Amino acid sequence: MADFLQQVVAGLASGSIYASLALALVLIHRATGVINFAQGEMATLSTYIAWTLTVNHGWGYWPAFVVTLAVSFLGGAAVHQTVIRPNEKGSVLRVVIVTIGLLIMINGLVTLIWGGEVRAVESPFPAGTTEIGGVAITTADIGTIAVVLAIVALLWGLFQYTKLGLAMRAAALNPAEARLVGVRVTWMLSLGWGLAAVLGAVAGMLAAPSVFLDPNLMAALLIYAFAAAVLGGIDSPIGAVVGGLTLGVGLNLIGTYVDFVGADLRLPVALLVILVVLLVKPTGIFGKQEVRRV
Amino acid sequence: MTALLELDGVEARYGPVQALRGITLEVAEGEVVAVLGANGAGKTTTLRAISGTVRRSGRIVFGGKPLRAGPEAVARAGIAHVPEGRGTFTDLSVLENLRLGAYTRRERNVRADVDRVAQWFPWIRERSGQQAGTLSGGEQQMLAVARALMARPRLLLLDEPSLGLAPMIVREIFRIVRELNEREGLTVLVVEQDARIALRTAARAYVLEVGRVAVAGTSEELQENESVRRSYLGY
Repeated sequence: MADFLQQVVAGLASGSIYASLALALVLIHRATGVINFAQGEMATLSTYIAWTLTVNHGWGYWPAFVVTLAVSFLGGAAVHQTVIRPNEKGSVLRVVIVTIGLLIMINGLVTLIWGGEVRAVESPFPAGTTEIGGVAITTADIGTIAVVLAIVALLWGLFQYTKLGLAMRAAALNPAEARLVGVRVTWMLSLGWGLAAVLGAVAGMLAAPSVFLDPNLMAALLIYAFAAAVLGGIDSPIGAVVGGLTLGVGLNLIGTYVDFVGADLRLPVALLVILVVLLVKPTGIFGKQEVRRV
Repeated sequence: MTALLELDGVEARYGPVQALRGITLEVAEGEVVAVLGANGAGKTTTLRAISGTVRRSGRIVFGGKPLRAGPEAVARAGIAHVPEGRGTFTDLSVLENLRLGAYTRRERNVRADVDRVAQWFPWIRERSGQQAGTLSGGEQQMLAVARALMARPRLLLLDEPSLGLAPMIVREIFRIVRELNEREGLTVLVVEQDARIALRTAARAYVLEVGRVAVAGTSEELQENESVRRSYLGY
């Protein structure tokens, strides 16, 4: 039983990383209507920036973490302003292709600057475990879950309780109407891209200590995040979080207790989740059927 | 009478189709003015040219200053546009819709303004948490007007408030517009297919035909005008 609970908590930790990246995908899907295929690579770039600050410049982990989030925010907004916005008026496909181009470009840029070798990243959390109700849980797992939940709570507060958040939601839901009430829609969408980049950076920086850092850090993570977003409902922020945690726990348990899956077949299981959800319930768990009267 | 809004030779087109071929009209402070005409005459486009949701040429002066193009700037200048087809954020709650209406103003006045607006639409109070998309058509239209009022606009642009609504609800909406004008001095430019009710509410009206002003005058004059009566009032 203790072992089972340990696996659940470990699953929640990786699940919270999926949730963070999934939330980034959802934010952009709501605002721009596309899946940002470059989300993972943007996160990888952010993670390298944090790594450089800590290793090459001797910064502490948390100062580097915060500065990286700020840089990522500006970078995400800049990507929207310079690359996405000029293509938004065209077809959705055009924006999708642009994000794929960005993926390749950022991946190349990262390899060019930092090289392709695999680097170890130190965990910001002390090694060791904490005993909770007879279950030994690693401090790293607790820390990861806590950081993601804190960021998600902050974002939720922003969207739910502030005028800015309301304007961002309005801009994403109905840009034409939002303009009529005076919302500067383009800026709101750029803010959305900035926040998505922040979420991606959180996922990357938290994932790097356990999976090592290389230019393809986020390749698999992006698929897990996509599975999480689809599972929760691609337009539902709550769905992304619940989907991420569910997927994390589910994959970890299957990997532990189903012998033939083990650690190697987790990715195909995630792909299977995407396939099954899209076939059976394309709106996901929290995706809603449109409710309206005309 | 000093004009709050002046349009001078305003033209607009949708691709190759010229929708406005030089509209000239004016609205004085505190006046309700109607724009009438058949389908495709350019009524809606006239409002869209003012609010900057369609590209236009010609001169538009608002409050003595040239009106900047672009809907965000127009909203900030004090013009609230209730577009055709309700124009509410159906996924947001009633209260969130109202808060967005006050977007160009300071957030801390919002509560007082919700109270003010709820005097006109009392049902808003107990249903502020309801998702706007689940309101009836008439309620959505009223919410759209209420949201526009939240901006404390100097000019309200109202596009076909009667569209798809039962006659009783249409009369209710126009009654509220009339009272807003009488009690609060709200200036309104209303586009309406239903000329009868529009002329009862407005002091003056313009009749559009293929993108131009064909006839203009006070509501009494237009009600007595033979061709207007036959074409738009049907008697």
